[in-house]
Amino acid sequence: MTSPLHTSENRLASDGDSVSMARRNFLRTAGLAGAAIAFAGCSGTTTELTAPVRSGSPTGAVVGPNGAITLDFSSDIDVLNYAYALEQLEAAFYVTAASNAAFTSIFAANEQRVLLDIRDHEVAHRDFFGAALGTAKIPNLTPAFGAISFADRTSVLQTARTFEDLGVSAYNGAARFLTDAGYLGLAGKIVSVEARHAAAIRDLLNTRSGDFAPNAFDAGNTPQFVLAAADPFIVESITVINA
Amino acid sequence: MSTTTRADGVLDGFDPEIASRLVTRRDAIAKGAVTSGLVMAGLRIGTVPAALAALSTSAFGQGRLPTVVNGILNFALVLEYLEAEFYNRGIAAPNLIPAADRNIFLTIQGHENTHVDYLKNTLGASARPKPTFDYSYGNGSGTGPFADVFTNYTTFKAVAQAFEDTGVRAYKGQAPSLMPYKDVLQAALTIHSVEARHAAEVRRLRGNFADNEPNQGWITRAITDIPGTEAVYAGEDNLIQGGIDITTITTVASKELTEAFDEPLTMAQVLAIVDPFIV
Repeated sequence: MTSPLHTSENRLASDGDSVSMARRNFLRTAGLAGAAIAFAGCSGTTTELTAPVRSGSPTGAVVGPNGAITLDFSSDIDVLNYAYALEQLEAAFYVTAASNAAFTSIFAANEQRVLLDIRDHEVAHRDFFGAALGTAKIPNLTPAFGAISFADRTSVLQTARTFEDLGVSAYNGAARFLTDAGYLGLAGKIVSVEARHAAAIRDLLNTRSGDFAPNAFDAGNTPQFVLAAADPFIVESITVINA
Repeated sequence: MSTTTRADGVLDGFDPEIASRLVTRRDAIAKGAVTSGLVMAGLRIGTVPAALAALSTSAFGQGRLPTVVNGILNFALVLEYLEAEFYNRGIAAPNLIPAADRNIFLTIQGHENTHVDYLKNTLGASARPKPTFDYSYGNGSGTGPFADVFTNYTTFKAVAQAFEDTGVRAYKGQAPSLMPYKDVLQAALTIHSVEARHAAEVRRLRGNFADNEPNQGWITRAITDIPGTEAVYAGEDNLIQGGIDITTITTVASKELTEAFDEPLTMAQVLAIVDPFIV
């Protein structure tokens, strides 16, 4: 089955004369013409699967000279970049936590399994968005984790809870800005995994309680709210427009 | 498969009786794009019920939910009826749920009943009535494979897991169809993620929180340790996301990659799964 996303990616990756009206329309709303920024060496081991966007074509987020990022939510690309930013943050957090010398002493074996799995899932999400966005992706973000005590079980778990709940609310609140059903479907595949993480982390903090799901309805937070909450953990400033 | 016919029968109940008064698709899309202050106020504080209630009266007019929304919310209502009554009966069953686990199921019970209430409120007169359920999975015989579900805690937990994981996949599958109706979409997603929280908790509880596979909060490949629930997990081993073979773009192993993405089910697939529960 060909998903709408697949179709859109083909449109983004296609070239020259075969460009359809649909693609022209998609790109017109998806990006910001002429804002090409080079991010040499920022993609790590990630392989870009989409063809390079041609010069003068929309490229997604605008990055200022000081590294400040502006995401335009009238573009699906930048809604995905928003998700990419949050996944970068989560992945960096769990990678840092799991590589701390105290990790194996402050967490029981079952807790380590939970946290290592979540680390892998977040890295997978990060790498997926990086690959799917290709040259339209925002640069690697710089984490600011100075306030987190990675040798302290409670500090790690409470921060994890914050990130997971925030991630769930971010996807729930950003879905309305997507115009491509395939992208929406992908966001849906990821948000429920974030919710599973949130439940597991909450249970590690308060086992066998009702804390795993504190409300019958999760929040759907605006990107402005989410980015403000994430801001203390990210060096670069991220601003959203048209949301 | 006989369930196809029965599933179609269930679907028949979704046809709105008020078709002649429905707004046109174009009107619905236009109105769906206009977010009233009341709706947004509800969404900001996470009170989706208020948002849903506001939807049915302001965005579309009383009793004027678009056909596609009506059908999807009634589909969701069937699943929420199924879950709510299941937990209501489980909580009421003597000597079924150990005291130590009671808070978990009281929490889920409360949520599912809340979901039922607000879907019914939103659908108003279009809400389909609650079916009669056979939790033995016996199509009304009462002698299906889960016949001891309210006397055997192991069976109860297994059925709970199947319901929750199915619910996650069911809501996920409908999200693209709700795309034109932004407020309904967001409301559905805020239920979807709560079902995922439930699923994770029940899955871990089944492994007594040792977090050994497959009793983890997430779904590994298409693995299930509950006989008869293979269809609930079919396709969860997918490694192609958005046209990308994700094994080629990361160092994360394929097992964890399947866990990192939950997969949708179509309405027909879900109805075929739950059909033997419906008399």
